[in-house]
Amino acid sequence: MIRVKNIFKSFSGIEILKDISFEFEKGKTNLIIGKSGSGKSVLTKCIVGLFEPDKGEVFYNDRNFLKLKPKEKKEVRKEIGMLFQGSALFDSFSVEENVAFPLRMFTQMTNAEISERVNFCLKRVDIINKNSLYPSELSGGMQKRVAIARAISMQPKYLFCDEPNSGLDPVTAILIDELIKEITVEYQMTTIVITHDMNSVLEIGDNILFIDDGIKKWEGNKDEILNVKVKELYDFVYVSKFLEKMKS
Amino acid sequence: MIKSFGKYVLMLYYIFLKPEKFSVYWKRFLDEVIQLGVKSLFIVSLMSAFMGAVLVIQTATAIESAWIPDYTVGFTVKQSMLLEFCPTIISLILAGKVGSNIASELGTMKVTEQIDALEVMGVNSIGFLIGPKIIASLFIFPIVIMYSIFFGFLGGGLVCYFTEIIPVKQYILGIRAFSEDNFIFIRYALTKTIVFAFLITSISSYFGYYLKGGALEVGKASTNAVVYSSIFILFANYILTQLMLI
Repeated sequence: MIRVKNIFKSFSGIEILKDISFEFEKGKTNLIIGKSGSGKSVLTKCIVGLFEPDKGEVFYNDRNFLKLKPKEKKEVRKEIGMLFQGSALFDSFSVEENVAFPLRMFTQMTNAEISERVNFCLKRVDIINKNSLYPSELSGGMQKRVAIARAISMQPKYLFCDEPNSGLDPVTAILIDELIKEITVEYQMTTIVITHDMNSVLEIGDNILFIDDGIKKWEGNKDEILNVKVKELYDFVYVSKFLEKMKS
Repeated sequence: MIKSFGKYVLMLYYIFLKPEKFSVYWKRFLDEVIQLGVKSLFIVSLMSAFMGAVLVIQTATAIESAWIPDYTVGFTVKQSMLLEFCPTIISLILAGKVGSNIASELGTMKVTEQIDALEVMGVNSIGFLIGPKIIASLFIFPIVIMYSIFFGFLGGGLVCYFTEIIPVKQYILGIRAFSEDNFIFIRYALTKTIVFAFLITSISSYFGYYLKGGALEVGKASTNAVVYSSIFILFANYILTQLMLI
């Protein structure tokens, strides 16, 4: 479980996040949704420690992340897996080296054990016989899957996905969503997905936080979101005439 | 300006924090030795050989006098190559080749969130990415410069052999002349090289690592890396010469 409490963050005097509090539950896919520029990515970067909030607290279970010493923060980070919007695979490493990287860096596993774990993770995301290829030789969807394999290689307790299906075709996007949902349940992780894709919201949104202009405007789940009364969220959900027609 | 310098010093501090795993860093060090040093050997040997050759022709034509012995050409080439051309000019060339490479590599990693990925994993990204580059350059650049000196002398020798502008024997005599000071000159050249290696890799890494923006800024960072590295090399060259030769 991850809990954020009264998070504020500003850049050059402009407030990006204003008093955000939320609890991201274990074993569920927790979604942060909102328009572009609403503060979703900033909130996620505050949670993983890439940005330091101006005010507020972030708890990983009972550990107050912002008050931990650098060494303790490192330990928490070893429990985090993150899938970035552009996959963020290391260009100079092959698929196998990318997935093996955290294992080589933080474990005492032998080469044979690392290889076994890498193959297991790659098989789990349905990437087979591509170990020696480089990221530039893979399609966008494959890169995302390799990035998921790298994120889960250390068996993380917390998984962060920044717009996991951006730039993907609808079929691949659904496959990635389903994969995230499956591994969340399988490994009982606390998964946080940033998205503005309504398909993802309706597919995997166990727990949803809606942010508008840096303010938390609504929280709920995929079943509740279609009957929402909050104007900003209504406009976000029913942005297409087609969906509005379907509703009526 | 002060903020930038502070960031630069802080970057240097993070480089020397304890590595997460020595074996991974060792592999990175070896990769960087190849990337920064071994892959520069061709251009360095080419530049040095031609510099040596041109220097022989220029010196020989400039001192065409019966009162000045032929071996002076060899001696002048030795002094010029050892004191200035190889450590400074080759370092400036390396600032262009290696510096822009480092800045664009790190800049691209920043733009594509690869550095964020390292940080989220709990890796000291500065130590992991920049540390091996600096240490590798401190190790390999002096070797590259020694190699450059050898090719400089060789280039000069080949010109003497093929054009007979001066006898090869006289050229070699000049190279070997007044050798009691050679140790001081080599120490001076290598000290300069080590300082330049540090400046090139650390300044270029700074511009790449702290880049903000997109592809356009990667290009700008690359240019800044070369410009600032070159300026600081020239500045350090003057200070070291004053300190070590006077």
